[in-house]
Amino acid sequence: MSELVLRVNPILCDAHGLCAELVPERIELDEWGYPIVDATPVPRALEPHARRAVAACPLLALRLDRVTPLPLRERATGARRS
Amino acid sequence: MSAVDVAPARLLDGLRSDGRPVSLAEHLDRYGRLPLELRPEELRERVAESGLTGRGGAAFPTATKLESVVRGRTRPVVVANGTEGEPPSGKDKVLLAYAPHLVVDGALLAARAVGAKKIVLATTSTVHAHVVRALAERRREAGLAVRSAVVPDRFVSGEETALVQFLNGGPALPTFTPPRPYERGVDGAPTVVLNVETLAHLALVARFGAAWFRSAGTPDEPGTALVTVSGAVRDPGVYEVELGSPFAELVEQAGGDGRAQAYLVGGFFGTWLAASDANGALLSNADLGRFGASLGARAIVALPADACGVVETARVAQYLAEQSAGQCGPCVHGLAAVAQSLEELVRRSRRTPDVGLLRRRLAQVANRGACRHPDGAVALVASGLRVFSDEVDRHLHGRRCTGHGRPVVRVP
Repeated sequence: MSELVLRVNPILCDAHGLCAELVPERIELDEWGYPIVDATPVPRALEPHARRAVAACPLLALRLDRVTPLPLRERATGARRS
Repeated sequence: MSAVDVAPARLLDGLRSDGRPVSLAEHLDRYGRLPLELRPEELRERVAESGLTGRGGAAFPTATKLESVVRGRTRPVVVANGTEGEPPSGKDKVLLAYAPHLVVDGALLAARAVGAKKIVLATTSTVHAHVVRALAERRREAGLAVRSAVVPDRFVSGEETALVQFLNGGPALPTFTPPRPYERGVDGAPTVVLNVETLAHLALVARFGAAWFRSAGTPDEPGTALVTVSGAVRDPGVYEVELGSPFAELVEQAGGDGRAQAYLVGGFFGTWLAASDANGALLSNADLGRFGASLGARAIVALPADACGVVETARVAQYLAEQSAGQCGPCVHGLAAVAQSLEELVRRSRRTPDVGLLRRRLAQVANRGACRHPDGAVALVASGLRVFSDEVDRHLHGRRCTGHGRPVVRVP
């Protein structure tokens, strides 16, 4: 089973900051306005918000990547989802 | 004369005493011909059994790197990385200047091991002439041609994605990954980037076998390695050490007086190590790991008792901030802020330095660049704050700093 994680391409990112407004659950901004992205899997409930943030990034720097989790992390997420 | 039992020199064995490079004839005389009778899979197997790891800094298993490019549909490319952007490191330049044929051998064999037809030997301008001269002696060998490339002399140029982007005609700056070079590198082909010293060891592993290679070093970290020693030692230079040999032995060999207060271990992405820890340590990642250090780029700088570790760290932090590729916000702003905080601390400006803020910034910058530049820089600064905590306090409270002003860790 794969899961979705948010990831930013820091070369493209120019600190517009929209992402942090759209998914504050996963993204906060540092003192210069650049996103600090929490790379833990995005739960289903948050997925629409994550997708909106990806679409809103003016530089297409934010991505929602599908990753195959490590067994340990899969268990951890399972616990959180239940 | 030191009574130390010196490690068996492999790469630097029998260099000419007149300081001129070893010619192809002399090279063949010493090591014999390339073992071209070995099939590619035999070569890869031999490298795997040897346990050879990358000598550029990351110590990644060389066999895994080779394997990563043989599966693809496209013919891979081999890049020999001799850029050595670390200011305190000179080992790759020494190797290329004095024993270039070992590196060329390794590149030819690595190409054979992965079925590559294209080889690029990348260096900065400093040693390029030596490389060109060596390549002229062996224009076409084993059906392969090695091309040389001159890479801009700056800190990040040797980062493998930067190197690949440069060889593809772009700027020598890191790129976002994936794709990593083994997936998509030079001309879009799977590319294996290997440090030149790694290739020199590979050339000997292919000739003399895995058991021979493992006769030096530890089971987990076999072989020898080139280490650049500078700072408070009588004979700064490049030494070949057996991995796992005592740190103190190398310092003694380099003419350390035993009065150093600390050592910068692993280059500018390395770690400050208090002398009390270093003196009992071994030159292996396993042992240095006890102190949160590693051999890294294998450059060691001895800090004398009358220097200030905070001033030294501030200078390196400033250099690393300037050497940021300037592409990623957290690196550009974060390293500049870290360098400025340290500068305020050592200059004792009217503003009270906020060490807490500095520490928070260090924690915030790591892992947020396209490459590991910010991570390496903040790790070095964090170790400096730890090892020189007394000195930090002295600066914070306006007391006299132990530094005498003459820089020990030099930056370009």
